[in-house]
Amino acid sequence: MRFLLVEDNEQLARATTDRLQLDGHAVDHAPDLTSARESIGLADYDLILLDIMLPDGDGRTFLTEQRQARKRTPVIVLTARSEVSDRVGLLDLGADDYITKPFDFSELQARCRAVLRRQGGNAANQKTFGDAVFDSTAGTLTTAAGTTTLRNRELRLLEVFFGAPGQIFSKTHLMDRLFSFSDDVSENAIEVYVGRLRKKLTSSGVQIETVRGLGYRMVDRT
Amino acid sequence: MTGRFGRGSIRLRLVGQLAAVAAVLSVAFFLIVRGVAGQAAEDTQDNILAASATAIADALYTDNNAVSLELPYSAISMLGTISQDRVFYRVVADGTTLTGYDDLPSPDAQTLGPAPNFTTFPYRGESVRVATVLRSVSVGNQPVNVTVTVAQTQLGLAEISSRITATATAIAVGFFLAAMALILLAARSALAPIGRLTRSVSRRGPQDLRPVVTDTPTELVPLVEELNKFISRLGTSLSRSEDLITEAAHRVRTPLAAVRAQAEITHHRLNKPEHRQAIREMIRAIDESSRSAGQLLDHAMVTFRADSHERDALDLTDLLNDTCNRLGPTADLKDIDLIRDLPEHPCEMVGDRILLQSALRNILDNAIKYSPADSRIIVRATDGDAYRLSVSDEGRGFGGAAHTELTTRFSRGSNVSDIVGSGLGLTIADEVALTHGGRLEISENTNGVGACVSLVFPKQ
Repeated sequence: MRFLLVEDNEQLARATTDRLQLDGHAVDHAPDLTSARESIGLADYDLILLDIMLPDGDGRTFLTEQRQARKRTPVIVLTARSEVSDRVGLLDLGADDYITKPFDFSELQARCRAVLRRQGGNAANQKTFGDAVFDSTAGTLTTAAGTTTLRNRELRLLEVFFGAPGQIFSKTHLMDRLFSFSDDVSENAIEVYVGRLRKKLTSSGVQIETVRGLGYRMVDRT
Repeated sequence: MTGRFGRGSIRLRLVGQLAAVAAVLSVAFFLIVRGVAGQAAEDTQDNILAASATAIADALYTDNNAVSLELPYSAISMLGTISQDRVFYRVVADGTTLTGYDDLPSPDAQTLGPAPNFTTFPYRGESVRVATVLRSVSVGNQPVNVTVTVAQTQLGLAEISSRITATATAIAVGFFLAAMALILLAARSALAPIGRLTRSVSRRGPQDLRPVVTDTPTELVPLVEELNKFISRLGTSLSRSEDLITEAAHRVRTPLAAVRAQAEITHHRLNKPEHRQAIREMIRAIDESSRSAGQLLDHAMVTFRADSHERDALDLTDLLNDTCNRLGPTADLKDIDLIRDLPEHPCEMVGDRILLQSALRNILDNAIKYSPADSRIIVRATDGDAYRLSVSDEGRGFGGAAHTELTTRFSRGSNVSDIVGSGLGLTIADEVALTHGGRLEISENTNGVGACVSLVFPKQ
């Protein structure tokens, strides 16, 4: 997926870009409205993350322009204001969702996914490994036994494995992806979710192996 | 000044003063009509009496050195034309009654002039009008003064006078009533612009700070101009403080977001558990401060809007759906199922959309926050005697905390110290419920697991 991030705060933009790239997305960064307009002309984006207060104008102007030009690229607004006062206005202007700063990356990811899912499927989002097909937008896993819908944490876990098949991920790394900072969970909690994924992969040659002392990895045993 | 003229109703004062003027005019009108018409009637009787007396005097002649009189009947009959009044006459020559009623007082000839003399006095139990004419008749070579007195009772005159009084009264009362009707109409139309101005100001919503544009009479133009200046000053000051809050929120939250993002990535890269723990605590502190700031703004907004909340027709089912859609991804992160049990039909009510959304969001957000992973939250709306919107979770419940304790600002249940929170969520929901004439109900679920928070709104 290709994202356009319109955000003038350099650190926030860099961190957000890093994190979205970690999820396997390509991210272009525009620090102001002028470069955002340029970028829009140069490439097709699947999603736009839009800050409201930008050095050369109001992000809502950009949103309005987009919608008036009948461009349906979904937009998630990053707002620093209070939820209530902006909510109605933003959705009326054609924003698909919004998130209040400071935000949790997992929540941003969840909102992106929800918006993209509403937008409809896209074959490009499917990843195949061995005999398993994983669609991260739709949240489905297809094996010889058929297609099953994944719950959110299963989905996020599988996303990590499909991002780098064969690579070993530590429990700590997986915990970071699955749990928010307000959850106080033990490392064993990850085993529950790995267990669920294994159950869904039973009819497939793809397996999630425990590498003693190191973590987990996804391998193809067909 | 204020004591006497500053208060009270302009309409009452206007109507009162104009009514007093109308009353004075009516009384004056009555007196003039009655006076003029009465005088005219009296003059008519006087003229006829004078004519009668003169006719009698004209019929005097001298016979055998004595004054004689052939009483002309026409002189008496002309008096009969007025009404059924009784007529008396007396002709006196040199102090002796020639003919007529002896006891009819006749003025002394010395006091009379050439013009007829008129008096009124009681005679034989009735008031009579009397005309006396002095005539000098020659007897031999001596002039003899003859006084001819004709009197008539005033029954007819009284009758005419009472008719005149009745008519004058009717006219005066009619005039007064017509004037009052006109005064009331005039007062109403004169004061109508004030009413229009009031309505155009009072109809405004709390956000409406456009200048007042109603057709105003010249006298109200300065007031409206001042009002508009005041509105524009208020608007400037409000938008300045709004800008300030927005700007402040932006300036604080954006770097906070940057710090949080950096921390999250650092957390990701660190391996030592104690370092990771430190970063986690930092992120929690950031979350807590931003959440508190958000809810403080929410709460300020609720307090502000509660005073003059807008009243839109809205659909509670719709609002619940909206809230579920908005918080769906958040619930999803913890694998929490949001189960909607909403009626098919709209639950219509009149209220402030933004306040209700804020209340529902806070309740649902709470439920998600306190629910364990892989649990269910049931969002239900029922439509009975009242609308009941309830959110029921499988979380830890309220630990027996009292309703008042939970809805007090910054006060939280005793069993939630490990979770980030400001203690304003249920306060906001409670205040919104009260503003809409409803109530917030908090209960533990009957099966002992989780809590149920409901907003109950009476049907209007």
